[in-house]
Amino acid sequence: MKLDYSADELAFKHQVQDFLVANLPPEIRERVRLDDRSHIKSDMVQWQKILCAKGWGAPAWPTEFGGPGWSKTEQYIFESECAMADAPSQQPFGLKMVGPVIMQFGSTAQQAQHLTRILAADDWWCQGYSEPGSGSDLASLKMKAERDGDDYVVTGQKIWNTMGQFADWIFCLVRTDSQAKPQRGISFLLIDMKSPGIKIQPTRLLDGTCEVNEIWFDQVRVPAKNLVGQENQGWTYAKFLLGHERTNIAGIGNSKRALLNLKKAAAKKSVDGISLLQSPVFSTRIAQLEIELRALEITNMRVIFDATKQKAPGPEASLLKIRGSEIMQRLSELHVELAGAEGLAMDKSDAARSTKSYLNLRKLSIFGGSNEIQRNIITHMLMGL
Amino acid sequence: MDFAFTEEQHMLVDATRRFITEQYKFEYRRGVKDSEAGYSTETWKQMAGLGLLALTIPEDDGGIGAGPVGVMLVSTIMGEGLVLEPFWASAVVATQAIVLLGSPAQRAAWLPALSGGELIAVLAHEEQANHDDVYLTATTARRDGESWIINGQKSLTLHASIADLLLVSTRTDDGKLALFAIPSNTAGVHLQTCNCVDDQRAATLRLDNVRINHSERIGNDAACALQDVIDYGLAALCADAFGAMDKILKATIDYSKVRVQFGAPIGSFQALQHRMTEMLMHLEQARSMMYLAASECTNANRAERNAALSAAKVLMGQAARYIGQQAVQLHGGMGMTDELNVSHYFKRLLAFEMRCGTTDQHLERYRRQLQAG
Repeated sequence: MKLDYSADELAFKHQVQDFLVANLPPEIRERVRLDDRSHIKSDMVQWQKILCAKGWGAPAWPTEFGGPGWSKTEQYIFESECAMADAPSQQPFGLKMVGPVIMQFGSTAQQAQHLTRILAADDWWCQGYSEPGSGSDLASLKMKAERDGDDYVVTGQKIWNTMGQFADWIFCLVRTDSQAKPQRGISFLLIDMKSPGIKIQPTRLLDGTCEVNEIWFDQVRVPAKNLVGQENQGWTYAKFLLGHERTNIAGIGNSKRALLNLKKAAAKKSVDGISLLQSPVFSTRIAQLEIELRALEITNMRVIFDATKQKAPGPEASLLKIRGSEIMQRLSELHVELAGAEGLAMDKSDAARSTKSYLNLRKLSIFGGSNEIQRNIITHMLMGL
Repeated sequence: MDFAFTEEQHMLVDATRRFITEQYKFEYRRGVKDSEAGYSTETWKQMAGLGLLALTIPEDDGGIGAGPVGVMLVSTIMGEGLVLEPFWASAVVATQAIVLLGSPAQRAAWLPALSGGELIAVLAHEEQANHDDVYLTATTARRDGESWIINGQKSLTLHASIADLLLVSTRTDDGKLALFAIPSNTAGVHLQTCNCVDDQRAATLRLDNVRINHSERIGNDAACALQDVIDYGLAALCADAFGAMDKILKATIDYSKVRVQFGAPIGSFQALQHRMTEMLMHLEQARSMMYLAASECTNANRAERNAALSAAKVLMGQAARYIGQQAVQLHGGMGMTDELNVSHYFKRLLAFEMRCGTTDQHLERYRRQLQAG
């Protein structure tokens, strides 16, 4: 047992750090640091193209599809270092979600059409899973796709489509058999967002942003060749997708960056003549979170190690999601506490940013399978169900 | 980064766990607990036979040299079995003190007897005022010709009640920290024995003008090595607690499957399921910190080591409290009975929280280090 990185892993970490220093455009870094999303699409696309030029565009993809051939540990190091350096996160819906599904279950034509464009950020993808009546109970989804000649005709509504306003394509779970058991009548369909009959509307959230959307589909004709895999097997593919790419689910890099910023800010901010870092109460709360984050980082390493050894995944991925989101949310609470009353004014100050971030990060325990659903998943394994 | 264990470590674990589950059943332990000495000489000899008392002794000294990871693995099983024998106090802490500080002659004299189970030694260090800082030791050692005269008091010391040899930390006239090996039957050594909350035996010590030969001084300036020993022991204690947490959670899950109320096993109720998932998450985080403690307890960088060990003790103390309390809660009234092992694990975990610096004491130490940057 050895918790430290090997010499090779350390060398890789330094290589990534050097690359970030040399190649991450300062204006993008600054916007990420300030959580300024005014240029989010162009920032993400530009950064993706820089990574692609280096051959690092798709950390988890196999080399045959243009991946760098990294180990899971290297992928983890890369993502953590990028987060620590205030690099934009990579667009997840193409790279981490639909890409691997197309590789695993898609036709050769679908692979040829989409994979290189996903890698190069030429196409922007969004996810069409949730519906107004189907959140945690996703398998109850109702959006219909009926076969008509060489097309499916799609009618229904999707919701919570993150960054869907930029999307060229959407991958959807659709109902192709309403008679079968809910999970057995679902198919996985790739839909061009320019298709006639699609209407998209942003949803304003509590922090004032519009990062999610509602999308309506009215008799949208989708070529049948856009079906991934087999009809009515979509649930299997969706589950594959959920089990994929869990190495960074805990967001360790993001939390480490938030913790570092918190400590810096706490050292600078004084209340009643004593810095918050010297305050017994505030520093104890920082200490508590730092300790839990350190434990989670090791737990994350254990999960990566087990995945490398091809061990069947245990309940740890759900654990990482729950604890990772809790820690990020609690860090954001401490940022709000640090801002104090200055955080009330919704202007462009650091204090306001803390408040907005706190509001926005409530999403962490809701999306990607709510923390309660994650607990149900753990229960299943725990009870041997 | 590597979380695998070696073939040798797996064999050590298998042999130890087989021994504990077969020979140290809960009813057998009850007999040990109720005996006058509070430990079984028979079990102790068997543990010696398995090599468990030689884990920290280097191979050059005739030991196994299992290192902190080997000690961690065996310690978890001591926690699983609620073992009452002085494995931690004698075979880990005191033995490691002699390994790190003893002269060749002292090592040759004591290590074989320790590993053979013929000699039980304990480190008598903790006092009212020195839980965090070895330099605050108030027990004094005054040179008198070829002897030293020792005076002072030591707080509750695990298994001092049955120790043959007390390794007593003192401050000498010249301000050094010195360790002396004092046979417990030496004139002036007063032991006040008692039964701890987890049924392990202990004693407080009073040393009244205890005269000890200079040859029984272990090492010269013992301060650094003493901290090394304490930290090594803390990592092993964490592992013991992990073993107890692991077992009490399993017992709770098993119970929830067979206890029927409202016509259904209580484990089918979501409120209780989510409680158990929370327990599991505490357990897995605790496992990570147990690994951290074992990896860092010999780190030469004192600041890094302190931070890691305090972090481990805090997180594992909090995990112990949550898991222990919820295990009793989910067992209902049965969780409070002496009959079930749950209450015994609960008390083992409580003792863990209180020993070697409480959860809050370590959180305070961690916080101060964080403030210092």
